[in-house]
Amino acid sequence: MPQYLISVWHDDTYETDFSAPDAQRRVAQVGAFNDQLQQAGAWVFAAGLHPASSATVVRSSVGQVSMTDGPYAETKEQMGGFWVIEAPDLDAALEWGGKAAAASEGPVEVRPAQG
Amino acid sequence: MTGSLDEVFRREAGRCTATMIRILGDINLAEDAVAEAFAIAAAQWPKTGMPPNPGGWITTTARNRAIDWLRRESTRDERHIAAHRLQVDTMDPYHNPELDRLDDFVDVVADDQLRLMFLCAHPALAADAQVGLILRLLAGLSTGEIAAAFLVPEATMAQRIVRAKRKLHDNHATYRVPGAAELPSRLHAVLAAIYLIYTEGHTATSGQTLTRTSLSAEAIRLGRTLAELMPDEPETIGLLALMLLSESRRPARISADGTMVRLADQDRSRWDRTLIGEGHELVRACLRRNQPGPFQIQAAIAAVHADAPSAASTDWPQIITLYDQLSALRPNPVAALNRSVAVAELHGPVKGLDALAEIDPASLENYQPYHAARAGLLARAGRHQEATAAYDRAIELATNAIERDFLVRQRAAL
Repeated sequence: MPQYLISVWHDDTYETDFSAPDAQRRVAQVGAFNDQLQQAGAWVFAAGLHPASSATVVRSSVGQVSMTDGPYAETKEQMGGFWVIEAPDLDAALEWGGKAAAASEGPVEVRPAQG
Repeated sequence: MTGSLDEVFRREAGRCTATMIRILGDINLAEDAVAEAFAIAAAQWPKTGMPPNPGGWITTTARNRAIDWLRRESTRDERHIAAHRLQVDTMDPYHNPELDRLDDFVDVVADDQLRLMFLCAHPALAADAQVGLILRLLAGLSTGEIAAAFLVPEATMAQRIVRAKRKLHDNHATYRVPGAAELPSRLHAVLAAIYLIYTEGHTATSGQTLTRTSLSAEAIRLGRTLAELMPDEPETIGLLALMLLSESRRPARISADGTMVRLADQDRSRWDRTLIGEGHELVRACLRRNQPGPFQIQAAIAAVHADAPSAASTDWPQIITLYDQLSALRPNPVAALNRSVAVAELHGPVKGLDALAEIDPASLENYQPYHAARAGLLARAGRHQEATAAYDRAIELATNAIERDFLVRQRAAL
């Protein structure tokens, strides 16, 4: 069955204080959404990510590995988390996308996996 | 002969393509097969005469060509073909029973056209891609014709269409009519795309001529097809009525010297009474069903204008009521703008400007008609300095030469 990446995007300055009521509410909503995915058999994998400032870019060139600090894309909007789901077709994937956006209270990107 | 083959092409190409996409599960293969079938028709029909059911002949011939290709290809590289296929419910393209029993295809053709409309106007596609796909696949226009109509280079339009097809394929888009739950929003996307084709033909966004009749004519044809395919959806009737009523004013929109004429100043004796009659009939049919929607309400507004022997005798209270209904259904700043203009007609420019001030200016900042309307109201209210500034902004935003000329003359007349 086709797989899709559903990624959550927001300003990289997002609050990581999970004790705040807003964050608590989103955590609960995302938890319920995850349950729904699992019950429907659509779940493959999901993770919330630490802020993009925690990322390291690693490059490999003729056997030499180099590292630089920071996310690869130097944009204000960064990926904050993602799901990989299975869905029979685009419309089904977009329906899950709508639920993901509602649960995380932010825009999501739905993108098909190859293969 | 050539004339009638053209006619068959205009009438049947979209239908045949829609059916071939379902059978083959591949947009490009379907297009190629239909093109090949028409090429065979062009060679044979002058000798044999046109068959009694030209559409059926084309579809059967296209199917036979496709079978040949698939059998040849399948021995070579099955996975290669599979990689280019769209999600279709029935699906083994090599041994698809439908390929062998197509004779009764007529019954499902209507559904095929609907499937194709919903696929082309999928909300995951950008509006310009939706429009390109619809004109290519359903209206049978060549990429060059579509590019010319939208005044973009052919390569740009080709890329837009190729990308859109590819996105549908990569995303496993399904070739189906949406279920009841999604239907209203998905249908609205289809209607909006057709209306976009109409308005592009009605007021070309750029270029020297104000209207491009052929795009409007294509949109009306598509609107008629959709209204036939979904007669129980009043919004399809509403869209058709709206386009016909707008079209009725076309002869009066341009004066003899090629300048634009505003609705208020148009010679109403030049409006097309046949189109108005048909539009009115459709609006009445909608009203009887009492399931209002945005296109029906806009059609009703156009019908009120069409009823008025002069701008002054227009039923402005009725128009304001209709705009209120429209905003309640689907709040949008353009409807609020048009409502303000109606308020000004009824209560004077000051009240019109008050109504205009209630709209968030940021939402219409880059919308030329907003600045033009505001300039007109400011001028009528005697606030000439502000009017000049608003005309400046409108002229800056105008992309159509005839509209720009009109605005420049309005500004000069202050």
